[in-house]
Amino acid sequence: MPFKIIASQCTSCSACEPECPNVAIREKGGTFVIDPKKCTECLGHFDEPQCVAVCPVDNTCVIDTSLPRYQAPA
Amino acid sequence: MDASAQSEVSNGGNVAEIGEIMQNIAEHKGCGTSGGSGKASCGSQAGQGDLPTEIWEKVKNHPCYSEEAHHHYARMHVAVAPACNIQCNYCNRKYDCANESRPGVVSEKLTPEQAAKKVLAVASTIPQMTVLGIAGPGDPLANPEKTFKTFELIYNTAPDIKLCLSTNGLMLPDHVDTIAKYNVDHVTITINMVDPEIGAKIYPWIFYKHKRYTGYEAAKILTDRQLQGLEMLTERGILCKVNSVMIPGINDKHLVEVNKAVKSRGAFLHNIMPLISAPEHGTVFGLNGQRGPSAQELKALQDSCEGEMNMMRHCRQCRADAVGLLGEDRSAEFTTEKIMAMEVKYDAETRKAYQEKVEEERVAKVVAKQEELAELAGASSDIKVLAAVATKGSGLINEHFGHAKEFQVYELSTAGAKFVGHRRVDLYCQGGYGEEDSLQTIIRAINDCHAVFVAKIGGCPKGDLINAGIEPVDQYAHEFIEKSAIAWFKVYLDKVNSGEIEHVERGDAAIRQGALISAA
Repeated sequence: MPFKIIASQCTSCSACEPECPNVAIREKGGTFVIDPKKCTECLGHFDEPQCVAVCPVDNTCVIDTSLPRYQAPA
Repeated sequence: MDASAQSEVSNGGNVAEIGEIMQNIAEHKGCGTSGGSGKASCGSQAGQGDLPTEIWEKVKNHPCYSEEAHHHYARMHVAVAPACNIQCNYCNRKYDCANESRPGVVSEKLTPEQAAKKVLAVASTIPQMTVLGIAGPGDPLANPEKTFKTFELIYNTAPDIKLCLSTNGLMLPDHVDTIAKYNVDHVTITINMVDPEIGAKIYPWIFYKHKRYTGYEAAKILTDRQLQGLEMLTERGILCKVNSVMIPGINDKHLVEVNKAVKSRGAFLHNIMPLISAPEHGTVFGLNGQRGPSAQELKALQDSCEGEMNMMRHCRQCRADAVGLLGEDRSAEFTTEKIMAMEVKYDAETRKAYQEKVEEERVAKVVAKQEELAELAGASSDIKVLAAVATKGSGLINEHFGHAKEFQVYELSTAGAKFVGHRRVDLYCQGGYGEEDSLQTIIRAINDCHAVFVAKIGGCPKGDLINAGIEPVDQYAHEFIEKSAIAWFKVYLDKVNSGEIEHVERGDAAIRQGALISAA
């Protein structure tokens, strides 16, 4: 259940990068991106997703609903 | 935005509030100055005042701490710390306009290696650059690796440069030992409240120990950590300044309490700054119409806190990547691209020679002031007036009225000339003002002054100033500010005493909220 960062809202402040327990966040093209393969939503690590909790812009780190598992079955 | 409406001061509504602040002054000074230990009013002014000698030695060449030094020495900030761990209602770091000058705003962030090279490049180009600060654009201690790596690199290559840090204090207790290790001798903590109820109106949330806290709980953690950090630093002999943002209706009266709390924990200087708030900044306060204080409100609060503690009044609320003397910003000359292409040779000898020359100038200025003060001795009057000064630095009246981007304001009395603040008069970067409007903006900004000292002034603005009741004075062009102001005041008093003119009080003035445009 990975998170994604909405690039147009990212201020590139880097606050999320060191907080991620899975080292899933890196800088790419001026903003930060989350590697969906590594993101665990912080389950097992912390009570709340760290990128969401530290991000200064609301609704910028969000669940990536475009992934196949969130799509209605064909 | 309607800038005039933004900076308009509602005189009527503020009178009662100033009354309350003045009431607090009386109480504060009453309990603070027991046993005749009250401090002289000079504080961080021209001289040592009654600062302990060991502190004076540390701050006398620091432009951000000594009002007098800022005419002579320059500082720079490097933007190596973009992350932040708290959210403030007056801050929005997404905004970057090249003409925008306020804390939290930068044009580009740097790696510690780039920052170290930039510091050496600037120090080689501007020999009066003596201070390096890390002030964000986020919180330096929310980026401890980048912050301390930068300090380490500079500490190793240019040990004569003073290192400073400005923090919100949340992580301060964890880093006090590292701060001491790199010989960081000045730390600024932004403390806007010591009451979490008030803090909840300023800070929507904090991020602490892997958790986002909101409301009262967040503000409680923050204030506890800030005060703990302040105590730990002062115990180690590291100088601490406290910055507070004055937010009318939220913490303005409460800042007297903050002043007591930080004074008792050993802070040596308190800097109360006006809220910078405009809708186009995109901050919570900017968008919900929270106004900043008027010049009179700010001065009343600063005066009220001056009982025993040094107050700082020359803060320019500069960008987190500013370079140069306070009030000027040469950061555009030192972009990463330009710096990486530069051959940098750090020449400590040339810097030392230059700084020795600066010291001679400073001594001359102090002597000039003393001479004039001696002549004023014996005169006695309750009259106090404010005077605005157009200056480019070095403590001289050396700026043309029409070129001034800001005016320094001095309070003149028989006690001498005391620096009490500055007023920015530059136009906001969105433009759209004609010459006429800009003159009105200037008059609004110095409306509480009886006179304005300039190196030169044209006929038209001269007439308008006189009509507004402000005397333009150009006879002291290129002379020392304080000496000239005292000489002028002496003549003013003589005229009042002889009945030639009548002394009248001036009204309030607006604090400009716009950008400090770097390109002159």
